[in-house]
Amino acid sequence: MDIIKNRKIFLGASGLLVLASLVLIFSLGLKQGIDLKGGTQWQILFKDNTNVTESVIKEKIRSVLENIDVSVKKSSDKSFIIRLPETDEKEHQAYREALLSVGNFEEQNFSSIGPTIGAELRTKSIWAIIFVLVGISLYIAYAFRKVSEPVSSWKYGIVTLITLFHDVSIPTGLLAYLGWSQGIEIDTNFIVALLVVMGFSVHDTIVVFDRIRENLITSRGKMSLASIVNKSIHETFARSINTSLTLILVLVSLLVLGPSSLFYFIFTILIGTVFGTYSSIFIASPLLYIAGKSGDK
Amino acid sequence: MSKGKRLVPFLVFIIATSVFAGVFVYQPLWEKISSFHPWNLGLDLAGGSLLTYQIDMSKINSADRTSVAQGLRDVIEKRVNLFGVSEPRVYIQNSGDSTRLVAELAGIKDVNQAIKEIGATPYLDFREIEQDGSSTVAIPTNLNGRYLKSAQVGRDPTTFVPEIDFTLNEEGAKIFAEVTKKNINKPICIFIDGQPIIPDSETDSCPIVNSEITGGNARITGRFSLDRAQAIVQRLNAGALPAPINLINQQTINADFGSESLHKALIAGALGTFIVIIFMIIYYRTFGIFAGISLIMYVALTLGLFKLISITMTLSGVAGFILSIGMAVDANILVFERTKEELKKGLSKAAAVEEGFKRAWTSIRDSNISTMITSAVLYYSTSSFVQGFALTLFLGVVVSMFSAITITRAILRIFIK
Repeated sequence: MDIIKNRKIFLGASGLLVLASLVLIFSLGLKQGIDLKGGTQWQILFKDNTNVTESVIKEKIRSVLENIDVSVKKSSDKSFIIRLPETDEKEHQAYREALLSVGNFEEQNFSSIGPTIGAELRTKSIWAIIFVLVGISLYIAYAFRKVSEPVSSWKYGIVTLITLFHDVSIPTGLLAYLGWSQGIEIDTNFIVALLVVMGFSVHDTIVVFDRIRENLITSRGKMSLASIVNKSIHETFARSINTSLTLILVLVSLLVLGPSSLFYFIFTILIGTVFGTYSSIFIASPLLYIAGKSGDK
Repeated sequence: MSKGKRLVPFLVFIIATSVFAGVFVYQPLWEKISSFHPWNLGLDLAGGSLLTYQIDMSKINSADRTSVAQGLRDVIEKRVNLFGVSEPRVYIQNSGDSTRLVAELAGIKDVNQAIKEIGATPYLDFREIEQDGSSTVAIPTNLNGRYLKSAQVGRDPTTFVPEIDFTLNEEGAKIFAEVTKKNINKPICIFIDGQPIIPDSETDSCPIVNSEITGGNARITGRFSLDRAQAIVQRLNAGALPAPINLINQQTINADFGSESLHKALIAGALGTFIVIIFMIIYYRTFGIFAGISLIMYVALTLGLFKLISITMTLSGVAGFILSIGMAVDANILVFERTKEELKKGLSKAAAVEEGFKRAWTSIRDSNISTMITSAVLYYSTSSFVQGFALTLFLGVVVSMFSAITITRAILRIFIK
């Protein structure tokens, strides 16, 4: 398969995916979890009474504070996740009293986060993403500093930056869609997942780039840039797939057997890893070729 | 071959260390060794509460803020210690302009009580009355609970009505003298937690200052019941807060819920590791077996390290470690693929292995450094829960470079001829 020859197909497909993701993100918006926007999440499990319904809980909560904005969702392990605006301890106890009339329950988890902490975490998260994007790109530009011919090292950095952007925007777009259709929220874990995806997806990119660098030195003048890039992709194909596959095996195992609270965290990393592997072969290398060619002229 | 022989003691040492680490980590194997230095479990796994308070520093000089925050921390710690929490952590967190107090109460049974007790610690201050047009306003003075030395319940010598007697420290006595001097024949009001305590509602019947009070001994008289007077005195003695606090974040996790999540994560991690090893053996045959052995050593050594240096293990930290298992073999894959290529070129097995390690090194280094960059950013820019993840991922990557390169190479050098 000649990836460089067919680059327009791959780049076009990815361009469309990224565009679609950006449209989803900006039109639907991202549903923020309580740790980013502030609010209360309360997870309770009725031990004896299994007939409790979501609406009963809602009713009981409303009996304390009539017009409160409350949502109740039953999770897969039969516990209820109750969402409320920021709640102080007095209110928490009042709700607890009201719910005890339904039956005895165990409080698995209660967190109430003020809006200032949420806003702060949001700002920090955005900075963290920018730092990682720029940090990794700069490192790549630095690591490849010794190859300036025919592709100068800063171009490796720029291509990495574009590839990383591709790798994080697709899972984010997917989560925007899931937020709209399923009410899935993004939280700190999601931000962490994106950062991890960046760190991982660049692994494969480095492997391919490293081989391109090596082949550029050994085959200089004997082969065209297109064939060098193609040859490098083919030579490293198996290892790109295998290194990602070992990670994917672990991720799938965590997704299926791991704790439910980590589901979307693992899910985001999984999607990001799959696209990251794809992008290092089908996006980063063609982009590097284009960057290298433009330097020729 | 002589190279290989020289590596035998090294390999034996590493294997012994790994076995020891395994025993140290996995409790059922040998309980005495394992419980000698227990795991440091985070709140989400051990169960417990994380309480974050905003400290209101608006009335405190910027020069004094650090010492006030420290004083506040000490007071809250004293209170928290009363609940019988095994190892409470109370610390100050600075974030931009705001100063916060965080209390981590692992394994606490009754959080509601704890919150009540912490919140109940009174903030005491003295206010002077100023005329503002036709109404009066109470203006806080510089005198507040942080200057309080001790308090006790007393009784009015003639009426026997309970009262609160208190002693101020040297600095407080000075301020009190100034305030009273300035307000002779004027009222001074005493507030606890922003509520006037004398009298219960109207400001205009606050005690009138008769003369300048020096020496720092004073009495709060009023219509206290004995119970109320005692309650206030107890709290004042346990430590009046030097600055008001406000609960802005509360997270409570049930211990059973935490251990169940941990259990699930560990099973998933064990299965994941097993599948990765099977994959490596199927794809790389003999090489895969060696990679599998060093992966198991990686798991034992890393967990041993985490336990030894008492890293706080959170659920996300465990997840980070499990992910690092999936990445730890990456270096091996790169080396083995390279070795395969060198074999095709006609090199001997031993030479191909050496070349494989040498040539794959740059990729391994660069990709691991990019993960380290990510971990470092994560560590410095987010909350404490994420820090656990970042730290385990970072250390995982460092140890994996050692296991995948040094250990695997030692095994290969000894066994591949």
